[in-house]
Amino acid sequence: MAKRTFSIGGVHPDDAKIARDCAIEVLPLPQTVYISMAQHLGAPAKPIVAVGDKVKVGQVIAEPGGFISAFVHSSVSGTVKSIAPRKDISGNLMTHVEIAVEGDEWVEGVDLSDTLITKLPEREVALERIKACGVVGLGGATFPTHVKLNPGPNAKPECLILNGAECEPYLTSDYRILLERTKEIVIGAAIMKNILGPECKCVIGIEENKPAAIKAVEEAVVVLGYQDIDVMTLKKKYPQGGEKQLIDAVMKRQVKSGGLPISVGAVVQNVATALAVYEAVQKNKPLITNTLTITGDCVAKENLHNYLFRIGMPLSYIAEYAGGIPEGAAKLISGGPMMGKAIANLDACTVKGSSSILYLSAKATKRAEASACIRCGRCADACPMGLEPFLLNRLAKAGDMEQLEANAVQDCISCGSCQFSCPANIALLDRINMAKGQVLGIIRARAAAAKAAAEAAKSNEAK
Amino acid sequence: MTQSIIWTILILAGLGLVLALVLFFIAKKFKVEEDPRIDEVEKVMPGANCGGCGFAGCRAFADAAVKAPNLDNNYCPVGGNEVMKKVASILGYEVKEKAPMVAVVRCSGSCDKRPKTNDYDGLASCKVKAALYAGDTGCAYGCLGCGDCVEACQFGGITMDPETGLPVVDESKCTACGACSKACPKHVIELRNKGPRSMRVYVSCMNKDKGPAAKKACAAACIGCGICAKTCTHEAITVTDNVAYIDYTKCKLCRECEAMCPTGAIHGVNFPKPLDKEGIKARIAERNRKAKEAAEAAKAAAAEAAAKEAEPVKKEENNG
Amino acid sequence: MSKYLVSPSPHVHAPASTKSLMIDVLLALLPAVIVSVIFYGWGELMVLAVSIASCVLLEWAITKWLLKKPCTIADHSAIVTGVLLAMNLPATTPWWVVLIGAIVAIGVAKMTFGGIGQNPFNPALVGRVFLLLSFPTYMTHWEAPKGLWGLDATTGATPLGVIKEGLMQGSTVQDLMAEHGYSYSQMLFANLGGSAGEISALALLAGFVYLLCRRVIKPHITFSIWGTVIVFSGIMWLIDPAQFTDPIFNLLTGGMILGSCFMATDYVTSPMSAKGGIIFGVGIGLIAMLIRYFGAYPEGVSFAILIMNMTVPLLNKWFHQKKYGRA
Repeated sequence: MAKRTFSIGGVHPDDAKIARDCAIEVLPLPQTVYISMAQHLGAPAKPIVAVGDKVKVGQVIAEPGGFISAFVHSSVSGTVKSIAPRKDISGNLMTHVEIAVEGDEWVEGVDLSDTLITKLPEREVALERIKACGVVGLGGATFPTHVKLNPGPNAKPECLILNGAECEPYLTSDYRILLERTKEIVIGAAIMKNILGPECKCVIGIEENKPAAIKAVEEAVVVLGYQDIDVMTLKKKYPQGGEKQLIDAVMKRQVKSGGLPISVGAVVQNVATALAVYEAVQKNKPLITNTLTITGDCVAKENLHNYLFRIGMPLSYIAEYAGGIPEGAAKLISGGPMMGKAIANLDACTVKGSSSILYLSAKATKRAEASACIRCGRCADACPMGLEPFLLNRLAKAGDMEQLEANAVQDCISCGSCQFSCPANIALLDRINMAKGQVLGIIRARAAAAKAAAEAAKSNEAK
Repeated sequence: MTQSIIWTILILAGLGLVLALVLFFIAKKFKVEEDPRIDEVEKVMPGANCGGCGFAGCRAFADAAVKAPNLDNNYCPVGGNEVMKKVASILGYEVKEKAPMVAVVRCSGSCDKRPKTNDYDGLASCKVKAALYAGDTGCAYGCLGCGDCVEACQFGGITMDPETGLPVVDESKCTACGACSKACPKHVIELRNKGPRSMRVYVSCMNKDKGPAAKKACAAACIGCGICAKTCTHEAITVTDNVAYIDYTKCKLCRECEAMCPTGAIHGVNFPKPLDKEGIKARIAERNRKAKEAAEAAKAAAAEAAAKEAEPVKKEENNG
Repeated sequence: MSKYLVSPSPHVHAPASTKSLMIDVLLALLPAVIVSVIFYGWGELMVLAVSIASCVLLEWAITKWLLKKPCTIADHSAIVTGVLLAMNLPATTPWWVVLIGAIVAIGVAKMTFGGIGQNPFNPALVGRVFLLLSFPTYMTHWEAPKGLWGLDATTGATPLGVIKEGLMQGSTVQDLMAEHGYSYSQMLFANLGGSAGEISALALLAGFVYLLCRRVIKPHITFSIWGTVIVFSGIMWLIDPAQFTDPIFNLLTGGMILGSCFMATDYVTSPMSAKGGIIFGVGIGLIAMLIRYFGAYPEGVSFAILIMNMTVPLLNKWFHQKKYGRA
């Protein structure tokens, strides 16, 4: 099959997958973990334990705080020391449950063996376990998986796309689990496919710069006998792993502006999510571990790692264990260099969606001073949504919300391709992101007003 | 030759006449009837079109003022009472005088008092910075220092002090239009009563962290100790979420809170004399001592009275 | 914890900068510059030196004293303007005429509008056209240039000028071509009279290919100009080969290659979108050919580009990128 990719825009940053050959190691437990109540998109979870409670590994410590929310489980066994606000990686306060680690005692019913379980359970059972185990999307957005896999009676899921693109430079955690946990991921995909219905296909999309992973997955699919799971090799281009871009690449369909992937029959899940789904459904193991990469251009070769971490581990603890902050590091980033979040507080703790600690040198990351726009149009060429960042930037500066909306600022996926490619070093995305937030707020307010008006009209009619 | 000159003149004159007629009829037909008072009101407005009144500009304000039944909801903060008097006289309304206001920066986290914990490298915009994270100091509530307020001010009334990294309001230029206050994502700038001879007392801190955390982040932080609230004899000070706030409508400018504040988070400005800390403290101590004595005396009296009253009660109880 | 950087994403940047792009353009112009210096000798070197030096100095002076803004000469765009202006002038141009050209190019066409990125018209072309209209003698009167190492360029007027003149006097294209011994290989490799940038189509094309390979520019504007020129002049030539020159002649002579490869593709003054770029190119091709065939001037590429520069804001407004999910 010819290699596919998305049709609009895209950039080619150096992929710098220098940690690709580092096998996953298990991080030892710290003395204390701090488990955040906001590890997912949507409402924060509500703690259900009290200070002084003894908890075991895998025990539920917080319940969903709304429809779009998720369970949070203890990642260690020990005593709850406090339930208090604590600074996250941005320095903003969020409720954390502090647990002093004592031993490593798991709750009953979790299968900790390595035995591969291939028999798929019923749809409802699987969905319930995914919800109970607090599985969220691990591709970045941490959207609760049980919500995404249950798109409602009117939706027609046609294709489950498993996202193994890992298009962000430096990151290798997805690659490592594709190599080391291949069969589990494929079974996880099969479970999700089953949940979505018998008509749903499944495609595992992997970028061409990971040939070993492609081969491993292809073999696993054959060995496990899933003829209806396809492996698709994708061209290397950023942001291939963007949900909308991946749908375009795999299905050659485009999601309408403001629409959800399910509107074109697509459900996209990350490979790490597939692994979490496998562990939740087949092993009854809640989502308390994930893989992260220690990498960066200033990291010594022996300090490159891929770690299996537990949620709530302080980043400073992991950094220390991995050989300390390297000399010459100017910026610490959680996530990839294109969309990751700069770490303002290293005392913050890992969450379900943590994927890396990336150390970049000043040379690689310090922003050059912005100069005047030379109207080269590179930002527009790079934008995978076909937007015109130079124009949006100008409109955002002027605060012209109407024109911003007309020029589709709300479609921006914040991938950073525009700013990456701007030869004048203009902070396009900084400003566009701001404007996007404002325009989305206006759109939401309008929708709410329209809804209220419609309801008022309805009740008037009823009278 | 003569003929062609005549023709040219005739044609041009004719053309001019026809076009003038067209313009005349169009102007007649599409004329928008407007209350002439709108123009009159607009004339007396300051004409800054700053939006401080809540309307898009001075004309929009004039339009709204003419249409409104009174002037209760329309006030031009830039023009102040003087302009509003004129507007009121044009429209024949009563004007409610408002005390003049001024923008106040409620943060004293200068570079030396509030050490940086990281180095911000993004777009120099407070909005962008605030959306990204808590800020480049340990304080998540204070001024971010990118100068959105400076940009928002149409009167050149705010400048950034390069030494402190904080905005400074030029009171002579500030019109209290509120644009800076709206532009500040941390709501650090507040419009406060200008005060008699511009004298004001306010808490120059927004930090809601608990005392030790606030103190650690910034030497000038309000630590929420509540001494000011206890000291204040006018009930003007409240402490909520570990930060004090002085209600300017109640403050009598006695400066006692300022003298008592352990971190210097309370600022008194434009007072003719410097703050006599010791004098005020002695005054408060004296007052407290007297109050204590009075309270003790009252307590003793109350106890006596209670003892007297208790006896008959006991009897009644026995009877019951 | 020592102080680390914090910023919104993205945290990395592509290597290209305004300066690197300008250097690429200069490298692309290098072959043509070398060829013209070889053929036109010291005169050409002098024109180049005066043009570059005055453009850079003017930009520096204007940013420093007039605009009081940070100086922008470090981005090399003034050097590009200087080189392009020099390539649009005959090697015999006196230094003070070059200086006036530079003042108009940088002072009027570029800095008046706010400097780099703000100018609606290509500065070098504005400079050239100003000189063409103000000093037609210097700009159209070609004296025999003395090349380095004794290489001689042909003397007299440009082929376009010769043919225009000849046709006005009632001659035919074929006669004129034969009379002056014009051949396509000559046009490709050099040595027909004209400005420095008109001399070697091949050297310019080499630069163009370099720019394409480095992805500095996209080809659609250039190709649409060429397409339009070929189609339009092809039709006219087929109608009457005695009165109208043929397509290849039109592509290879005058400022067509320089204009289509280096001037029309200037970022600032060309449309952003592909569609807009194609229309822009078609416009340039058409206007240039109309001026060549029917206008008073023998050459029309400069005018055509400047005229189409005016339509860029409109083209940018009308034609946009194809957006995702908004068919």
